Amino acid sequence: MNNQRQLGRGVAVVGAGMSHFGVITGKASRDLFVEAFNACRVSVDRGLDPTDIEALYVGNYSSDLFEGQGHLAPIMADWIGLTPRPATRVEDACASGGAALRQGIMAIASGLYDVVLVGGVEKMSDLPIAGVTDALATAGDVLYEIPAGFTFPGFYAAMATAYLNRYDASANALLRVGIKNHDNGALNPKAQFTDRIADVMASKRLKAEEKGYQLPDWPDEMAFLHDERANPRIAWPLRLFDCSPVSDGAAVLLLVAEELAPRFSEAPVHVRGLGQASDRALHDRAELTSIPAARRAAEDAYAMAGVGPTDVKLAEVHDCFTIAEIIASEDLGFFKPGQGHVAVEEGLTARHGPQPINSSGGLKAKGHPVGASGVGQVVEIWKQLRGEADQRQVEGDLDLALTHNVGGTGQTCVVHIFERR
Amino acid sequence: MLPFTREAFQAYLDQQQLMAARCDQCGALHLPPRPLCPACHSQELSWTEVEGTGRLVAFTSVYVGPSTMVAAGYDRQHPYAVGVVELDAGPRISAQLVDLDATKSERVAIGQRLRVTYIERGEGEARHRALAFAPEE
Repeated sequence: MNNQRQLGRGVAVVGAGMSHFGVITGKASRDLFVEAFNACRVSVDRGLDPTDIEALYVGNYSSDLFEGQGHLAPIMADWIGLTPRPATRVEDACASGGAALRQGIMAIASGLYDVVLVGGVEKMSDLPIAGVTDALATAGDVLYEIPAGFTFPGFYAAMATAYLNRYDASANALLRVGIKNHDNGALNPKAQFTDRIADVMASKRLKAEEKGYQLPDWPDEMAFLHDERANPRIAWPLRLFDCSPVSDGAAVLLLVAEELAPRFSEAPVHVRGLGQASDRALHDRAELTSIPAARRAAEDAYAMAGVGPTDVKLAEVHDCFTIAEIIASEDLGFFKPGQGHVAVEEGLTARHGPQPINSSGGLKAKGHPVGASGVGQVVEIWKQLRGEADQRQVEGDLDLALTHNVGGTGQTCVVHIFERR
Repeated sequence: MLPFTREAFQAYLDQQQLMAARCDQCGALHLPPRPLCPACHSQELSWTEVEGTGRLVAFTSVYVGPSTMVAAGYDRQHPYAVGVVELDAGPRISAQLVDLDATKSERVAIGQRLRVTYIERGEGEARHRALAFAPEE
């Protein structure tokens, strides 16, 4: 297959915004979408007249199961005043947002449209946790994987046992990912969790003092995360703090043909490369310590962009579970296979490290409203590349950044590379 | 000949037979069975029985299960183990792991030898055999 293809014409992001991510009671997906649209609209430097938008692509995993609502895209279009323009929902499990972005980019590159809105939305918290577990499980193979007893934490836990065994790695590396991403999320006002792990410990201590019961004396964050009661097992070796939360949220991007970008923006973010790949069920893959679709999607995106992993200044990767971030850091070529766990333990992927990953807090701390996540990642890249990330701004001359969005256990992966010129 | 469907695969499981589809053109072995060979795109396949021995490739103990496993009596105090098994015949499959202590995950070894077993699941009309693997004696 030819992976040297280029877009028919350039595409730029000229606006990006998101709703708060978290458990947001009293708001349906359409309300969250309006919140994200408003945030996107105010981010357009030279203003957006919504009547200029020609089409809408919405990433959404399963409003059907989560909200009992199918046929979501026209409702989103209606709630932000876009009808009768075409509105299409894109579903690739947790990669729905990234896949919707890809459709938006291709629609402009094809010449069909000049101005396209791309969104992602998910409203998960209306269901009880068992319902959420079942809804997410439908992203696996419901004939052969789920009846065996696999859950989503279970799939990634199995990858973790394979990874830790193959590279003789410590599960502490997983916990380090969580600590790092909570540190970053604490600096993101739109994140679901704005507490560092140390803050979580402190608030548990305070509550115990108030109510007069005893808590173990955790000397540090690692001791807290090793405590079976404070951080219970979900699917061994993954514990509660290894898992992204149940979240509600939406994110929206405004894309335009590159030649129109100056009309909208003083500092557009250009799409440099894109890649997407598919794969078989987890058990049908030759190895479980890597996600082949991610390697393939990254290869295509790098080839289109004419760059390599060492050119990428920061990345937002799909850390639905802590092990997923470690595997992603290898699949994207930032570290050699088997070195991702060492990198996180050494702090190389911290916000001020040489290869920052998930400065937003990632799915782990920012939240993971599944269909919105792939679009939310781009909102962070937009802010970082434009120097607008406030307290969590990554230092240095940021010119190139990457997003990595995985569906299921890697049956889908979408990678995008962005550039500030 | 039965079609290469989940229903047929289940009918064999109910008779405690582990059946795969072999591609007549390229020889690839597919388990679970499928009607089109993804390796060479041939639609000429034959049922073949597979030896139920293999080794553990990856696993986990699930403490928060899906509603079907909760209904089967598993919960935070009673986790179950599930994994990916590589059969000696080649294919890999997802299956529950039984006859081992799911609360002592650190004692489960990747690479350990396993043998197929057919467990019973469901009640009444829905009662059926399910594929599982146990440590080889």
